[in-house]
Amino acid sequence: MSNSFNTYVCIVCGFIYDEAAGRPEDKIAAGTRWADVPAEWTCPDCGVAKADFEMVEV
Amino acid sequence: MTDAPVVVLGSGLAGWTSIKEFRKHDSQTPVVLVTASSGDAYPKPALSTAFAQGKTAQQLVNGLAADLAASLNVQCHAHSHAHGFHLAKRELHTDTQVFSYSRLVLALGAEPIRLPLEGDAADRVLSVNQWADYALLRERLQPGAKVLIMGAGLIGCEFANDLAGAGFEVHVVDPATRPLAALLPEAASAPLHQALGALGVVWHLNNRVSSVSHQGPALQAHLHSGETLQVDMVLSAIGLRPDTAWLAQAGLACDRGVRVNTQLQTSDPHVYALGDVAQYASAGDRVLPYVMPIMTAARALGATLAGTPTDVVFPVMPVAVKTPAFALLLALPEPGTVGNWQTSEEHVWRFVAEDGRCRGFVLGGKQTALRTKAMQWLAA
Repeated sequence: MSNSFNTYVCIVCGFIYDEAAGRPEDKIAAGTRWADVPAEWTCPDCGVAKADFEMVEV
Repeated sequence: MTDAPVVVLGSGLAGWTSIKEFRKHDSQTPVVLVTASSGDAYPKPALSTAFAQGKTAQQLVNGLAADLAASLNVQCHAHSHAHGFHLAKRELHTDTQVFSYSRLVLALGAEPIRLPLEGDAADRVLSVNQWADYALLRERLQPGAKVLIMGAGLIGCEFANDLAGAGFEVHVVDPATRPLAALLPEAASAPLHQALGALGVVWHLNNRVSSVSHQGPALQAHLHSGETLQVDMVLSAIGLRPDTAWLAQAGLACDRGVRVNTQLQTSDPHVYALGDVAQYASAGDRVLPYVMPIMTAARALGATLAGTPTDVVFPVMPVAVKTPAFALLLALPEPGTVGNWQTSEEHVWRFVAEDGRCRGFVLGGKQTALRTKAMQWLAA
């Protein structure tokens, strides 16, 4: 299932991390799995921790 | 066009996010940031969740004022205290300077509500609503300390969870008979009450603090019930209220906050407001002291200031209560909606209105993962 990407939402501000798109601005390449996003990465909009994100169910 | 800059007052999330959004549309117009603090950016929601993660105040800073000012082409005046403005002249007055503006953005936040308390240590009661308060909290709390928290609302419960999780002895005092009484249906308070209790939080509900006095190096709190608690720190977390007195005096229409129309304009067409200080027409004349509304408002404001008047349309914005012992996600019905809370599965509550439609929800514990589905209930 390597091609099924998930999205994660910041529960505080609503920012969405899309695994397919990654976050090149933060040196997180497109296709980076949530599990591989560094633990110290924080929400680009509001700054809360990675732990404050939740998977968005489709 | 006038040459006067856009002046932003306040460097919290509302101030910095407004500037970032404005700069997406306009890289040229001068922007001046005036702030009473250092201007460094930090995520406010972390103030009540960072202790258990072992984060120092410095580690919460996610953008130094100087770096942000350079990258966003902003002139930043830190440690500047604004004390008034002249609407007709479009001037902002601080203790040292007068700033002319073409547009002024009030991103002032709100102040912690302080209850009048008796006792010679009433002034030792700490409220944590800014970065510097958190720094003080970290400095004062020594390992093994006992903490009394006044208020079992959202911030009080988050602090209780965070500090109990970090190993402190935590007491929570609230006049209500259950935590989050103002927000949650009764049945939803129970698992939170229980989970925080299991973490070691000692509840003093249906009770209130009447005085705080010095007792050697410690503090002694007297409760209405007659009980006495000896603690090392008293935290007050009973809510926020914007300081509108000086804004009203300057001539801006204020109520619970500064009143803004759907384009975030105050009663003066050159003055805008957003964040905790604002009372939004787009939200039925309510204040919305949360992060998500700031993000939505800042996006619209950035466009409006850049010359494209844009209405703020708030989507459904569920509020997360960051109590890991029993996390909650809630979307409350509009005030005055007639209906009742119903539950059909564990830790899921829906507010069903008279017309049979779902108008609000509360998700608890693992059920917070139902977020997207629950948002669809509201749209149905």
